[in-house]
Amino acid sequence: MAAPKKGRSASAQSRPGRSLAFILIAIAALTGGMFLSGHPTPRLGIDLAGGTSITLTAKNEPGQPNAINKTNMNTAVDIMNRRVNGLGVSEAEVQTQGSDNIIVNIPKGTNSKEAREQVGTTAKLYFRPVLATEVSGSAASASPSPGASSSSSSKATDKATDKATSSSSASPTSSATSQGRAVTDALKADSTPSASSSASSSASPSASSSASPSASSSASASAAATKLQAQYTALDCTDEAQRAKAGEGSKATDPTVACGKNSSGQWQKYVLGPAEVSGTDIKSAAAVFDTQSAAGWKVTMEFTSGGSKKFADITGKLAKNQSPQNQFAIVLDGDVVSDPFVQQALTGGSAEISGSFDQAEAQSLANMLKYGALPLEFKASSITTVTAALGGEQLHAGLIAGAIGLSLVIIYLVVYYRGLSVIAIASLLVSAVLTYVLMSLLGPTIGFALNLPAVCGAIVAIGITADSFIVFFERIRDEIREGRSLRPAVERAWPRARRTILVSDFVSFLAAAVLFIVTVGKVQGFAFTLGLTTVLDVVVVFFFTKPLMTLLARRKFYASGHKWSGLDPKALGAKPPLRRTRRPSAPVDPKEA
Amino acid sequence: MSKLGTLGARLHRGEIGYDFVGKRKIWYGISILITITAILGLTVRGLNMGIEFQGGAVFTTEKTSVSVSQAETYAQEASGHDAVVQKLGNGGLRIQIAGIDTDKSDKIKDELAKDLNVDSEKINADLVGPSWGEQIANKAWEGLAIFMVLVVIYLAIAFEWRMAVAALVALIHDITITVGIYALVGFEVTPGTVIGLLTILGYSLYDTVVVFDSLKEQTKDITKQTRYTYSEIADRSINGTLVRSINTTVVALLPVAGLLFIGGGVLGAGVLNDISLSLFVGLAAGAYSSIFIATPLVADLKEREPQMKALRKRVLAKRAQAAAKGEPLESEVTEVMLDDEPEDDGPMVVGPRNQPASRNRGRGRPSGKRR
Repeated sequence: MAAPKKGRSASAQSRPGRSLAFILIAIAALTGGMFLSGHPTPRLGIDLAGGTSITLTAKNEPGQPNAINKTNMNTAVDIMNRRVNGLGVSEAEVQTQGSDNIIVNIPKGTNSKEAREQVGTTAKLYFRPVLATEVSGSAASASPSPGASSSSSSKATDKATDKATSSSSASPTSSATSQGRAVTDALKADSTPSASSSASSSASPSASSSASPSASSSASASAAATKLQAQYTALDCTDEAQRAKAGEGSKATDPTVACGKNSSGQWQKYVLGPAEVSGTDIKSAAAVFDTQSAAGWKVTMEFTSGGSKKFADITGKLAKNQSPQNQFAIVLDGDVVSDPFVQQALTGGSAEISGSFDQAEAQSLANMLKYGALPLEFKASSITTVTAALGGEQLHAGLIAGAIGLSLVIIYLVVYYRGLSVIAIASLLVSAVLTYVLMSLLGPTIGFALNLPAVCGAIVAIGITADSFIVFFERIRDEIREGRSLRPAVERAWPRARRTILVSDFVSFLAAAVLFIVTVGKVQGFAFTLGLTTVLDVVVVFFFTKPLMTLLARRKFYASGHKWSGLDPKALGAKPPLRRTRRPSAPVDPKEA
Repeated sequence: MSKLGTLGARLHRGEIGYDFVGKRKIWYGISILITITAILGLTVRGLNMGIEFQGGAVFTTEKTSVSVSQAETYAQEASGHDAVVQKLGNGGLRIQIAGIDTDKSDKIKDELAKDLNVDSEKINADLVGPSWGEQIANKAWEGLAIFMVLVVIYLAIAFEWRMAVAALVALIHDITITVGIYALVGFEVTPGTVIGLLTILGYSLYDTVVVFDSLKEQTKDITKQTRYTYSEIADRSINGTLVRSINTTVVALLPVAGLLFIGGGVLGAGVLNDISLSLFVGLAAGAYSSIFIATPLVADLKEREPQMKALRKRVLAKRAQAAAKGEPLESEVTEVMLDDEPEDDGPMVVGPRNQPASRNRGRGRPSGKRR
């Protein structure tokens, strides 16, 4: 059959061209994006590029001499691993060293400060009722009012405290003496009714009013309260050392003091009641951008069923109080990160922390809350750079070897498929470029780091990508052997090849999806690479190989079955064109007649 | 091209072919033998787990002028294990060696001090835990189990349960062989090895599915004819996709072979050996098992089906009848073919691929869907 004339079907003609244009534009756009983003190479894993090594040492906590044990250390390693390796693609390594150290290796190009915060933060989260609060340190002392009272606190704070205690004690003397007295009252009110039960311990104003300083509270409780009072008065949150020490060693079930920044960026100090809800009550957490109130990034949390009940209880109680005792503080590792007011009981089973987060902060906080608190506290004892775990020259030799292997593939394709190899090699090239560009782009976006196993996975992906068009080519050749001319052969071969490609790629994709969802760490990273290459394989075959084949089938070189086209009917041993007499050398056919 | 092209054409027309199903017992035997060897190797020699899995010792030195690769050699000599050496920011070295306990670590420390020419007191030795912790391993097993269940369900729906079973057997066969050879060679198991194995897992299934897809297509209307038994059609199907299988395997194996033999053997890039070995063995086993194990196994299972038994009976009866009449039949044709093709190593099986062609000839028009 002669080569079909051009323009026989306008719609069928434009379609392959459109697909090709689509994928070429996509490649150009992605490549442009890659250069614009300033990351023209993929981020390399620690085995290929080296990185930073952080040694974290577990801190002994007072009262818990046996806390640093193997179980806790392993739990900490697991949690840290999940925090730095949220998607399993960032190639960070976490392992124990000795009895109380954990080494975290992160690849080059990762923000090491951020990573250190991610792994080193204990992330103990508590919701505590606010008993008293005031602006602390420089902000407060900036506006001293010498004559008003003997305390160094500002008027604004006094006023706030007055408000808090106004219903508790109408006596002018009490508010005149100092705000500390009011705090003591509140504390006693808090501890008097039932020191241990958190359910009934919320400081309601009425309780507080009856609990006058002379009320019969237990001696120890009042001693503790006095101590706390002293701590609170002395606390200067602008001093970093003091801030770090604030509330240190206090248990979740005890009242404590803490620092936090308020919305105007000033340090605020707090006296907080016992923890009502803790981080273990959180089921999941996520960073979301608040579009409604333009408050920026915030972290939303979803409670477990037990947690949401507790949270509803406490908010219900707090809502009845007056400011500041209708506030609860969200305390993360001893710092107040948020101190929202409560207007009503919150029964939705979720809560949110809003503050002045940027995206990275919100996401890392959500990550920490999601994966839970570390069982121990750690401090970074050394931070150093490390070189690649794989020797540079060896890697170089490996790359040369890989290049030789690839050129052998190309030689094989050229020898076997001749003219068709143009399509084959172009497809491989498109797929390679797409893989490279996507991996480079995923570096900054999701922290994807390319390590050696991923490189090898990509090499195997060559086989899978090649298989797609080998299946297609062999189908076309089979059709030509049946005596068809090229164009109908391509159109008949495609649906069958397509089905084979989809069915088999689906198995690969299933493997990738299941492993990505279920597993953690490097296996998850592998699953990601596998899924990516599988999807790319389908994209390349559908949007590149097939349209290119359709287009080239119209060229005379291919359609006429040129000797070098790889589609020469004679070389393929095709039967003579249909309707002609059969070759005598096809002996099986007579039976069929 | 011409040679393989003609071979492809003849395979396509069924002029030649290898009797994969008929000779399955030989290949089953070979596979069982290799598998037993692999299991023996695995139990006797065991796997040499790397530091990432079992932990080990880490030595940190002061600033030293010894190069990383030199230190690696020293550490391997001192310990007899693979060592991972990294240069630290302060110019010192961090040397990690797998499977070392406290007693041994002191000895190695002294030896290292001598080799590296530094004060033994200044080398800090410590034990490190695995970075590939139990949690990662457990989750990986969990993921694999879920995947296996899903893939069997998928194959049972997309194809049929017999093919799902055969694909699973082929998969286990490939993985066992790869792991066994790994144990026999004695390379250290690294995360790269595990990733390599997972890649094999995906590839093995992928390759089997491609072969099964053609098998399914060819056996669609099998009960409507009385010329071929299921096994014969299965054979035809394998032979029809043989060229594709060879090409795909060559293209997939060449780069890996480059890494393993040129990179590891000639250029001395030992770091790539672990992953390229598991890939090489696994890819080869995966291609082999799809053809020699999985498809014959499906044929075996299928032939037990009453329907297929009946078909076989009908086919054989028809052949006997035809032979009695002295009509030219498959058996005779086969003989003729064998005379024509001395290199052909199996009795030729005539498959249904010819049917549409000849029908076309009759009608002068390609039939649409059959084949």
